[in-house]
Amino acid sequence: MPSSTSNLCPKTPLRAQLTPGATAAWPICLGYLPIGLALGVLAQQAGLPWWAVGMMSVLVFAGSAQFICIAMLSAGATIPAMILTTFVINLRHTLMSSALALYLSNVRRSFLALFAYGITDESFAVNMTAFRDGHWNRHAALIVNQLANAVWVCATITGCLLGQFVPRGAFGIDYALTGMFICLLVFQLRGRLYLITGLLAGAISVGWYLFIPGDSYIVGASVTAATLGYFLQKHHRRSG
Amino acid sequence: MNFSEYLLLFGGMGLVTYGPRALPLLYLAHQKMPPGLVDWLGLIPGSILAALLAPLLFCDPQERSLQLDRPELLVALPTLLFALKTRSLGGTVFVGMGLYWLAGFVL
Repeated sequence: MPSSTSNLCPKTPLRAQLTPGATAAWPICLGYLPIGLALGVLAQQAGLPWWAVGMMSVLVFAGSAQFICIAMLSAGATIPAMILTTFVINLRHTLMSSALALYLSNVRRSFLALFAYGITDESFAVNMTAFRDGHWNRHAALIVNQLANAVWVCATITGCLLGQFVPRGAFGIDYALTGMFICLLVFQLRGRLYLITGLLAGAISVGWYLFIPGDSYIVGASVTAATLGYFLQKHHRRSG
Repeated sequence: MNFSEYLLLFGGMGLVTYGPRALPLLYLAHQKMPPGLVDWLGLIPGSILAALLAPLLFCDPQERSLQLDRPELLVALPTLLFALKTRSLGGTVFVGMGLYWLAGFVL
């Protein structure tokens, strides 16, 4: 069986990776708490029972799509419309899934099938950074995905059950994921090419967000900026 | 909605979410990727992070308009400096949260 793991504990690699996985996952979990609680509160106000919120978080596990689904449910949307909207919002994960393949080559398909379930914006950013640093492996990455998932499911159900009693915005916790994205972006900027590509992505994203309705700005801006960066790199290599 | 309607809705949403997450990985992990694609994919994480982050900092989500004096942006500057200086993920999250919390009182 092909493996890229440092097999300190070959029989239970998942257990051996629990500590590094949890260490990497905690900023995500912290950030998911307020968002999950907020989602639960909104769902409860929209008339969803707690078990439906739990079912949704387990089966879908995609924050922005879940928020939009709740809004659409309140507005009386049809089931096909909600499924189609979810599909469009979550298409961006094809990019993340493709990029993760760089570090999961020749891993057995059953593992990949399980791993893919937990690919979110947040777990992707944390795992890609750790993989690139070189001290990461697929078991630790899976733990990041699954811990984030567990916290998400618990937070959304809790929000539905007693969310009205949690004060909004306590301790600046609403900024946890933004702070995490800022630091992970810093980790990604490992040279001038990455800096230029990142600036392009940010500028294109803002422009796209302002002028094109919907959520296409994430995919649109990142694909455009990465492509421009790629040609810049090619041009530079040829002339340099 | 009853149980089976919820199951149909969330099951459907789950399938169309899982597909884009799983299919590229299942396919590409067992392919020899061309070097050009590897280079391009290497630029994707930073691009996605910047594309996610920039509208959070520079735009008002309700109005969907440019707004350059948002507390999110003001707090981002010292948070960014802290991240550059310390390269600590946990520290950056806490500094960002603390400053954002304080900004809520001051601004």
